[in-house]
Parts: sequence; C-alpha cells; structure tokens
Amino acid sequence: MNAPIAINDRSNGTSREGALELRGVGKMFGALSALADVTFTVEPGERRAVLGSNGAGKTTLFNCITGDFQPTYGSIRFFGEDITNFPAHERIRRGLRRTYQISLLFAGMNVLDNVYVACCGVSRNRFSFLRARKDDAVLARARELVELVHLQDAADTLVSELSYGQQRQLEIAMALSGAPRFILFDEPAAGLSPTERAELINILTSLPEHVGFVIIEHDMDVALRVSEYVTMMHNGRVFKEGKPAEIEEDPEVQALYLGGEDGLGHG
Amino acid sequence: MAIIDEGSPKVGRNYKKAWFERIPAAYWIIGVLLLIMPLLVNEFALYQIFGWTFILAIIALGMMLLAGYGGMVSLAQMTIAGVAGYMLAIFGDSAIETISQGWPWFVAIPIAIIIAMIFGTAIGWLAVRTEGIYTIMITLAIAAAFFYFVRQNYTIFNGFSGFNGILPPNLFGVDWRGANAFYYLTLFWAVLSYLVILYISRSPFGLALQGVRDNPRRMAALGFNVTAHRVAAYTVAAFFSAIGGILLTWQSAQISPGTIGIGPAIDILVVTIIGGMAHPIGPFIGAFIYVILKTFSVDILTSIGLSGERFQLIIGISFLLIVFFSPDGVLGLWKRWRDSLGKDPLTGDREDNS
Repeated sequence: MNAPIAINDRSNGTSREGALELRGVGKMFGALSALADVTFTVEPGERRAVLGSNGAGKTTLFNCITGDFQPTYGSIRFFGEDITNFPAHERIRRGLRRTYQISLLFAGMNVLDNVYVACCGVSRNRFSFLRARKDDAVLARARELVELVHLQDAADTLVSELSYGQQRQLEIAMALSGAPRFILFDEPAAGLSPTERAELINILTSLPEHVGFVIIEHDMDVALRVSEYVTMMHNGRVFKEGKPAEIEEDPEVQALYLGGEDGLGHG
Repeated sequence: MAIIDEGSPKVGRNYKKAWFERIPAAYWIIGVLLLIMPLLVNEFALYQIFGWTFILAIIALGMMLLAGYGGMVSLAQMTIAGVAGYMLAIFGDSAIETISQGWPWFVAIPIAIIIAMIFGTAIGWLAVRTEGIYTIMITLAIAAAFFYFVRQNYTIFNGFSGFNGILPPNLFGVDWRGANAFYYLTLFWAVLSYLVILYISRSPFGLALQGVRDNPRRMAALGFNVTAHRVAAYTVAAFFSAIGGILLTWQSAQISPGTIGIGPAIDILVVTIIGGMAHPIGPFIGAFIYVILKTFSVDILTSIGLSGERFQLIIGISFLLIVFFSPDGVLGLWKRWRDSLGKDPLTGDREDNS
C-alpha cells in the first residue's frame, strides 16, 4: 500500500449495492440462538449504531460479519460480493475492518509495531523477510495512523504499559490500516474518561466520508452523535430501526432501556 | 521492540558512534574468542565439542523459530535434518555406490535442502491443524514413522546400516573434515543462521509470526492468513534444520536410522528448552550445555564408580534442574539475574526500558 495521507478510496462511488447486506443471518450455539434472522442493509459511507442490552447479540453479529465465526444460516454480502463463507482474512483484505470490545493487542510489542503489523496484514509484503527500512511506505503509513489517534508520543511504548484509553485508541488505529471501506466498532467508548470520549467522537466524525461504519455503543451520547441511523437489537433479533431521534422517542425502546421485564440481564 | 534499526530518542546518545562502537564489548570478546578458538583448545574440542554444538544449535534454531516465535513445538526438526542428510547421501557420494547417484555437491546439496524443506512444509501442513500437545504428538509420530521407514527400507535408504563415507567436497583444496576447517565451517553456518533468524524476527514475516503465536484470531482480523503463515514458518524452520542436517552428516561421514531416532528428536527439544526459546542465542547455550554433559558425563560417572552407560541420567537430572528452576531455560535465568541487578551487565547501562 502506498497510501498517502488520506485513506484510499477503492469504491469509486460506482457500486450500487449496499456496503453490507445481511439476509436472514442467524447463529446458534448448540440450542441457544444467539442471533436470529437478522436482515439489514448498510449503504456505503453510512454510519449506523447498533444498540441493545447485554446478550442482545451485537458482538455475535460482528463476529459473523468479520468471520470470527460462521453464521449458522443466512448470507452476508460485502459491496455486492457474497462473503458468507470467506475466511476472516479474505474479508479484511476486501476492506472490512473491526475493533474488539476487549482490546486484542500484542502486549509484548510497542505501539508502532502493533500498527505496523496491522498495516502489513493488508499489504502485499505480509510475508516479507526483509525488515522495514526508514523510507518504507507501510511503516510510513503506520506512523501516520499512530499520529491520527494522537499516540505519536507513545509510539515506542509497550502496549502493556499503555493506559486503557490509549489501548482503545490503538485499536482504532489498527482498524484504519490499509484501505478500509467499512469498519465495525465494538464499544469503542467503553471505559473511557469524558475527555477521551470527546476525543473518540472527534476521531470517528473525522473519518473520510466514504468509510462507513457500524458502531456498538452503550453510551447513547456517543452512539447518537456519530451515527445517522440506529438498529436496536433485542434477544438476537432486530427490534427497531430508525433515525436516532425516533429511537429515543420510541416507547418500547424506552421500556427496554429503563429496565422493562425482560430488558437487561441476558448476559 | 523496534522494527527498524534506527536510533530512537532513548538511544540517541549512540547516534554519532560508528557501527562497531555500538556493539557491546562483551560481544567483541566472544567474537574474537570464537575466531581464535583453534589456538586455545585441542582438535577434539574443536571437532567434537564446538563442531557438534554448532550443528545441534543450527538444527534446534528451526525448533526455536517454530516454538519461540510461532508457539508451535515440532519434534520433527531432527527428522528434517535427517531427510537432508539422507538426500545428500542418495544424490551425492557415499560408500554405498549402488544407491548413491554421485551427483556433484553443488547439485546434491541444494536438492537435499529443497527436499527437506518440502518435507518440512508437508509436516507443517499436517501439524498446523492441531494445537499445543497435539502438535507435539503429531510431529513425534511423524519422526517415529520416518525412523521406522528408513530402517526397513533398503532400496532407497539402505535400511539399518544407512550410508557411510559421505564426505564434504574438497572445495578450495581444504579438507573440510579437518578439525580447524570443520570448526570454521560450522562456525560460519552457525553465525549466519543466528543472524538470519535474528533479522527475520523483526521482519513483517517474523513480527506476524509472533502475532500469530499471541493472538491468531486477531491476526486473521488484520488480514493475515494464519494457517499459511504457520505453514510458511515450518518451511523456514526446515531450511535451518536441513543445513544442520548436512553438517551433521559430514561430521560423522555417515547417516543411519540411529541419527534420527526418537532419542535424537527429543534431544533437540532438550537443547532448545535448556537454552531457552525467547532468543536465537538460546539453542546455542542449550547445545553447548548438552554437548558438554554428553561428552563428559561418562568420565564423571566412572570416576564415582558408576557405569558410564548411565550418562543419560546426568543429562536428565540437569534437564530437570534447569526446567525446575527456570522453565524458560538458561535465557530465563539470565534475564532474571539481569533484572535483579537492574542493569545490563554487557554495557553497564541501567535498564530504563524492557
């Protein structure tokens, strides 16, 4: 990837299909239905929030989309291509990215190395036996991403010595490697201080326009400020969809969030 | 862990120094000692102690790469070394003229290494489907199967007796089995293998391999084909073990099923674990300790009135002691000792980062 400053745009705006189309996607863990018959389409460049209580199936949904596990039934299309049976790395190479709810970082490596590895994964030199030289394009890209999430002063710090908030920022930098077309953010604001939240909103809203994302977020303030559309999930199913304002006003959603009889506690 | 060899602010004081000034004095001393070793020790030590140490270490570097960087313990590295040795005997020259093809060394050696690498890749392709103890079991099974196969196959592998009279080429008019020449030959390949593995460990391939070890799921979510990466690691590891196998075959001028049995396969594991798998220097430390024990334990045992055949006992007890006190080998002991001092004994600098 010789990506210059901005994130590459491979979509060219020509594709007529949705960025991400789910058709009747479900996931069974034995007899437990973690995800049932989820159908929705996200347009390219769209920013959508997925809300729901614990156990609503949000992270399972992400895992099915990125291929961490295969859905039991249903199909997933990514920019018109059926990726249902693709292994995870093939989906990533097509421009899908994700962050993890619990940071999955390489604790023994420093910040720059983590981002560098992420950038190698979506570049052609992932099997290279040659170390990066000073003018290496992938390494330069990694440095840009480190700066983008304001971690440049901690670039040489081991991940195990980072604060929690910095680790979350690093997760985001790694999700921006290469030429992302669509990103899944799994609770990026969890555990962040109010200042760090403001910073996060800043990073999310300043992403290039063609990069769409789906964000799982418990913090309504963050979720509704960065998204244009909301999908509400409950017990593994899509429960409500609509504009942020509609969802906030919806009596059923309010009942659920204010602790209705079967709202929380499906962990 | 820096990906490239540029000075970070922490080592900024080294900026103006020439490259040779940046290498700590202790490394220079070790380097010079290794170079002038033939002046210091006798031919037996050169050939049997140092030559054998370097050979075992090169074979064990393959295991260190797989286990230390990749988290995959393969017991088949000695088998891969054996494949290289056998192929050298079959395609090159040996005393068994009915089987050996007698091709020149510059054809036979590359063929031997390539076949060993293909063999290693096939083992990897099978073994990466498993994790942990199952990887050990499947590679041990392959090692055992290959041992029994070559012992019973007379048409290609000449069965129980194997091949003898496998000599290194008289390149540059040097008898490479002479003590001095063989010492430098093994030293050269040992240092080269060591440096190459050290270099690879910071390349995209090496970093990704360590990432696969720590978190395969995350690596897949970064676009890495985890399975392909693991198999490739087996291929690379086979390259080093194959070089070791060729040197080992030249050292004793023969290869037979006994060279690649279960015992030798486990010896490589012992060497790797005694030394430590965190750094490519580990196999060298482990191999040196192993060779010293194996060479002198007979003398120690007979001096205290025990049968010399019990040398495995001494090796076993030493192994137990090292693993008991330091599960990560001598390297782990060294690191803990260094941490307790709080400074780098090689440079005298206080350690301000890990």
